[in-house]
Amino acid sequence: MLKLNINGQNRSLDVEPDTPLLWALRDELHLTGTKYGCGIAACGACTVLLNGAPARACVTPVSAVVGQRITTIEGLATTKTESKTAKAVQAAWEKLDVVQCGYCQSGQIMSAVALLATNPKPTDADIDAAMAGNICRCATYHRIRAAIHDASRTLT
Amino acid sequence: MRIENASRRDFFKASAGLTLALYLPSALAAKRPAAVAPPLAPNAFVRIGTDDRVTVIAKHLEMGQGTYTGLSTLVAEELDAAWSQIHVEAAPADASRYNNLFFGPTQATGGSTSMANSFLQMRQAGATARAMLVSAAAELWQVKPATITIRQGIVMHAPSGRQARFGELVEAAAKLPVPTDIKLKEPKDFVFIGKHVPRKDSQAKINGSAIYTQDIHLPGMLTAVVAHPPRFGAKVKSFDATRAKAIKGVVDVIQIPTGVAVLGTNFWSAKKGRDALEVSWDETDAFRLSTSDITQQYKALLDQPGVTAKKVGAGETALKAATQQLTADYSLPYLAHATMEPMNCVIRLSDTHCEVWNGEQAQSTDQPKIAAALGLQPEQVTINMLYAGGSFGRRSNTQSDYPLEAAYIAKAIRKVGQPAVVKLVWTREDDMRAGYYRPKFMHRITAGLDTEGKLVAWQQRIVGQSILVGTALEGFIKDGIDMTSVEGAANLPYATANLDVELHTPVLGVPVLWWRSVGSTHAAFAIESFVDELAHAVKQDPITFRRQLLKEHPRHLGVIDLAMRASGWDKPLAPGKADEKRGRGFAVHESFNSYVANVAEVTVKPDGSFKIDRVVCAVDCGIAVNPDVVRAQMEGGIGFGLSAALHSEITLNEGRVEQSNFGDYPALRINEMPHIEVHIVPSAAPPTGVGEPGTPVVAPAVANALFSATGQRLRQLPFKLNAVEKST
Ligand code: FES
Ligand code: FES
Repeated sequence: MLKLNINGQNRSLDVEPDTPLLWALRDELHLTGTKYGCGIAACGACTVLLNGAPARACVTPVSAVVGQRITTIEGLATTKTESKTAKAVQAAWEKLDVVQCGYCQSGQIMSAVALLATNPKPTDADIDAAMAGNICRCATYHRIRAAIHDASRTLT
Repeated sequence: MRIENASRRDFFKASAGLTLALYLPSALAAKRPAAVAPPLAPNAFVRIGTDDRVTVIAKHLEMGQGTYTGLSTLVAEELDAAWSQIHVEAAPADASRYNNLFFGPTQATGGSTSMANSFLQMRQAGATARAMLVSAAAELWQVKPATITIRQGIVMHAPSGRQARFGELVEAAAKLPVPTDIKLKEPKDFVFIGKHVPRKDSQAKINGSAIYTQDIHLPGMLTAVVAHPPRFGAKVKSFDATRAKAIKGVVDVIQIPTGVAVLGTNFWSAKKGRDALEVSWDETDAFRLSTSDITQQYKALLDQPGVTAKKVGAGETALKAATQQLTADYSLPYLAHATMEPMNCVIRLSDTHCEVWNGEQAQSTDQPKIAAALGLQPEQVTINMLYAGGSFGRRSNTQSDYPLEAAYIAKAIRKVGQPAVVKLVWTREDDMRAGYYRPKFMHRITAGLDTEGKLVAWQQRIVGQSILVGTALEGFIKDGIDMTSVEGAANLPYATANLDVELHTPVLGVPVLWWRSVGSTHAAFAIESFVDELAHAVKQDPITFRRQLLKEHPRHLGVIDLAMRASGWDKPLAPGKADEKRGRGFAVHESFNSYVANVAEVTVKPDGSFKIDRVVCAVDCGIAVNPDVVRAQMEGGIGFGLSAALHSEITLNEGRVEQSNFGDYPALRINEMPHIEVHIVPSAAPPTGVGEPGTPVVAPAVANALFSATGQRLRQLPFKLNAVEKST
């Protein structure tokens, strides 16, 4: 049994230690907001926050995150540390109707929250640098940029 | 002429025709949740509950294009509902009620038809419900129906000040006969159509609660990961499951028609099992050509006359008499759809029933095919249409490839009296390598110009696999011409007295499929690049040159003029830094009856690296039902087109697909996304599609901009720009 701290709760898991966090979240805990897109840390769909920093859950074995604070899209708006930024980001996403198919968007939002948490007033270049790991095949990038600026205005 | 659209609709009609013998409208499909009081359900598309909730039943797949929002807008408009009371539910598979009106008796989403075919149908559905609410209120209040108004979901009788919510009237309304003589609103009275409404799917997609096929978990469900053959056409010879079965969580290993499936209690065990599996393949009939072989074959075909797709006038004679003659070849690779959600499908199979969960784009294809594979009748197969994590054409496959694979697995593992529940999951690598690509295409265009620079002849020879050969739609190949191969070219809008379009359709073992905007994906690149070459040859401004050849095409002119104005085409482009070169390019193209023009601006560095700074897009899609969704589709279509322009290429090495994931099949990323401005031509024409038409225009616009910046003409996708000389 592994014990993980997910969205502020302690969860016990009976999985092989090499299981990527992504599949533990999805298949064991049914926290399906975190998506599978590539499995090789190339698309960002599986982005979660580890102690507030973005991480690719598809290449992170569960055994490596024991004792760390794990935040997924489901817990983003309610966890103490990230909720303020998260609410601003999600509100901006909704206001600008960023989503299309939506499949990449949990990952986009996690990366955006992590960016704004460390850099509340990012430039376009900062946004490009922080968000370049998140692919959106629907190419909603234009609105992602605008929404991050919008959230930044709310926060600062 | 609307050749390509008419024919695509006919294909679907035919495909349904072929399956119709098997098809019985499903009565089971009409499962409605039992409500305490019977809700008002005057038709297949609208249901109103006593709780005021208006449920719009969407017959089209929401794959990002915004159709749930669009269909809701039409209902809300005629019902005069409040936007917040509208909820969307996916329609079941039942073509008797949910067919695409442009595809005959076929239930399917595609060809950018969702809004166009539903425009009157969904409005009528809303207006019918409205009329019944009004009648119920009139009876209740003993007033004339004409004195009743509805605003934002509140039914009102102004003279007496009486008012009611929908929920208070539905019981009475449900007892009334469904009216048939319904009058729709005049466009001047629209309160939702053409205005801004928030997307219906935003919230769920922002907080992680939206459910895709990948997210389905059912009691007793196993996950299947399949070992597919390394080459198209290969089969399983034998396999050794010993190592796979030793993996904890692996439950079963079975052979299916498409390979060997490993079933596990979760994805990770199934995947590890699949990786440990040893399969030896019978490659007797496997496809073994390399991309270089195919290119050579296609180049040879470009030198030979093809089958005539279009012939007007006497091109050869006109070419000989022309003052100037130009020829150019264009080449475009195989492309994967690479939807963000790789293909997957969930099936629950019992003795008498099969339930499917899928990002379902082609009910009338998949339902009978799955049924036949399982020995069931189509009505014994129910389909839950879930959100799709993108499609771009991939999920509408006449071969039903991945749903059938899931069905075969379920069939193989099912034990009598016990349902088989399986989730088929393709990894990204499986998704990229299992085929169904935008076909590789080559075009050769030759044109003649007279002394005034007028176009006297246009000859276009096209080489590429047919999407229809070997499918249920093969009957639509007329006189050797698959219209999807020549669309955009056979209906060339540019005025010329002599037009020849020829087609070669090589048959190869690489599975091909439609890909966001189909034939236009390659035709627009070849044609719009070549027209730019012609304009430069006669030293004319590329837009001026086009305008005089498009005099008969007012809607082309409309988007051209709008893009020109909005981009500031008449002013010189601001220069870049000392060592940079800047350029501006233009392209215009009609697909699916929508007209799109792009002005692209680029900055090129001495080493040949470049940035697309800005794309100004003008679109005429008739009435823009949801202007913001139209803008989003143009932005996304441009980004999707840029992936293909800059990066995407599926190549084969002795039949093996060389790409596997986003590392070797890169997609556009945010740092490459230009600033995009979308402008919509005001229109009173019926709405046309926006999902696809934004894609094909950007690659030629950027190629033309790069030419203007560097003098290098890029005739091949993805672009490879050489280092440029320094500006002086
Ligand atoms: S799924 Fe983890 S980065 Fe793509
Ligand atoms: S919204 Fe579809 S992949 Fe990003």
